[in-house]
Amino acid sequence: MAVGRQEVLRWLEVLQQVYAENRQWLTDLDSAIGDADHGINMDRGFTAVKAELAAHVPSDIRSVLQNAAATLIRYVGGASGPLYGTFFLRAAAACAGKTEIAAADVVALFQAGIEGVGQRGKAAAGDKTMMDALLPALDAMRKASEDGDGMAAILDKGAAAAHAGMLGTIPMQARKGRASYLGARSIGHQDPGATSSCLLLQAAADTWRS
Amino acid sequence: MKKLINDPQNVPREFLAGLALAHADILRVCLEPVYVFRADAPVPGKTGIVSGGGSGHEPLHAGFVGKGMLDAACPGQVFTSPTPDQIEAATRAVNGGAGVLHIVKNYTGDVMNFEMAAELCQAEGIEVRAVVINDDVAVEDSLYTAGRRGVGTTVLAEKLCGAAAERGYDLARVEALCRKVNRNGRSVGMALTSCTVPAAGKPTFELGENEMEMGIGIHGEPGRERMPLAPAGELTARMAGMVLADLPFGSGDEVIAMVNGMGGTPLMELYLVYGELERILRARGIRAARRLVGNYITSLEMAGCSITLLKADDEMLPLWDDPVLTPGLRWGI
Repeated sequence: MAVGRQEVLRWLEVLQQVYAENRQWLTDLDSAIGDADHGINMDRGFTAVKAELAAHVPSDIRSVLQNAAATLIRYVGGASGPLYGTFFLRAAAACAGKTEIAAADVVALFQAGIEGVGQRGKAAAGDKTMMDALLPALDAMRKASEDGDGMAAILDKGAAAAHAGMLGTIPMQARKGRASYLGARSIGHQDPGATSSCLLLQAAADTWRS
Repeated sequence: MKKLINDPQNVPREFLAGLALAHADILRVCLEPVYVFRADAPVPGKTGIVSGGGSGHEPLHAGFVGKGMLDAACPGQVFTSPTPDQIEAATRAVNGGAGVLHIVKNYTGDVMNFEMAAELCQAEGIEVRAVVINDDVAVEDSLYTAGRRGVGTTVLAEKLCGAAAERGYDLARVEALCRKVNRNGRSVGMALTSCTVPAAGKPTFELGENEMEMGIGIHGEPGRERMPLAPAGELTARMAGMVLADLPFGSGDEVIAMVNGMGGTPLMELYLVYGELERILRARGIRAARRLVGNYITSLEMAGCSITLLKADDEMLPLWDDPVLTPGLRWGI
C-alpha cells in the first residue's frame, strides 16, 4: 500500500497523542541526565502542530511536513526544536511533488530527515543521542527495502531497530547534549532524545502499517 | 510544588508582563514572538547586543536589558532555549545599522537556535556575529562532551560588551572583546538544594539533608559529584581552587570577582562566601579590582552559589565602571 496526504496527517495526529501520553516519561528520563523538560517540550510542539494543521490544511504531503517543521522550530525550543524541525524540513523536501509515498519513498523520507538531524546536531553513533535510535532504524529500513520488503515490514523493522537502539543508549556515556556534562554519571540512563525518536518511528509503523 | 504562579505553562509570559510594567522607563516587551528590548531601541549607529536563553535565570537575561548592557533579550520557556523566530525578530528590532552581536551560552539547544536565527538575519542583510560563552570549569572540555557550559562569565560579558557598544565600538571590536572576556573568565557552581521547573512540578533531583552537588550548571541538572556538606570556608577554598588552577590565575593578576546566588541562598551567606573568597585571593597575591555579590544568574529557587573570576585588563576595568541602567544592574547613572 502507499501513504497519502491523509496518512501523513494521521501520523502527525498520532504523534501528538503519543507525546502527550509519554510526556511524563520523557520528562522523567530527562530529569535523570538533563534538565527535565523533554516531554513538556515535545508535547507543546506537537500540540501546536495539530492546531496548525487543523487551522490550515495544506494541499500536499510536502507542505504538511513543512508546516509541521516550521511549527516545531517555533514552539519546541531547546535542542529538540531545531533537530525535529530539521527532520521534518528535510523529510518534506524528499516528498516534493509526490502525492503518494511508496515503500521506496518512505526510506528516502527517513533518510533525508535523519541525515538532516545528523548535520544539525553533529552527533555520531554512540554519543547517546537521538541518532542512536535513528541511525539503526535507517540501516534496518534500507536493508528491508533492498530485500524487497513492503511498507509494513520496512516500517516495523525500522521501529524495532529504533527500539533496540534506544535501549542501547542505557550503558552509553553521553558525548553530546546536556547529558555529556555528567560524564560517567550519564551511564545507566536511557537517553530521552533516543526515546522520543523511537516513538516517532513506532508511530509511523503503527499508522502506516495498514 | 509551592510557587507564586498561575498556570505553570504561562510563567514566562506572565513574568514578562510584570517586568514591562515595573521597568517601563527602561524596557519594552514584545509577546509575539517573545522578546524584551530597550525602550529607545534601535539606537542608530550603535552595535546591537542581543542575548537569550531559557527563563528561570533572572535577572539574566531579560533583567539586563537597558542602557549600557543588552539591547534585547530572548527568554525561552523555563530552562529551554528561545526559538529562532524570537531571536531573529529581536535582532531586527534592535539593529541600529551597525550589526548585532549575539552572546550565546554554550548549551546544545541555545547554540543551534541562535545559529538558525543568525542564518535568517544574514539572509535579511543584517550583519550578525555570535560569541559562545563556555566558562564552566566543572565540565571537561574535550571532543567527547558538548564542551563547557556558559555560566557566570555571561553576566560580565554582557556588562562589558554593552558598555563597549555604548562607547562606539564597532561589531568586530565588540566581538573581539567578548571573546577576550570568555577566554579570561572561569566559573564553578554548587547546589545545596535542587529546584522545581514549574511545568514539571517536582524537583529535578533529590539531595539528602547532609549532601550537596559540586559542579552544577544553572538548569537544576546534577553536578559532577555529590559530596557531604562542609563549612563555607572549605567549600569556597575548593571552588576557588578549581577556578584559579584552570586559567591559571597568578600573583599580580587583577580580577573582577563575582559570588553569585543560585536563587534560594540569602545574601548573608553570599557575603560570607565572598569574604572567604577574597581572603583566598589575597593570600595568592590576586587583587579583586571589582566585585559583584548577589543573585545575577540563578536557577529558580535553588540554594547554592557560583564563583566567577575574570582576569581583567586596562580595557575591561573602565568599561566595567561605565554607567549601566537595567533592572538587574545599575550604577553610574
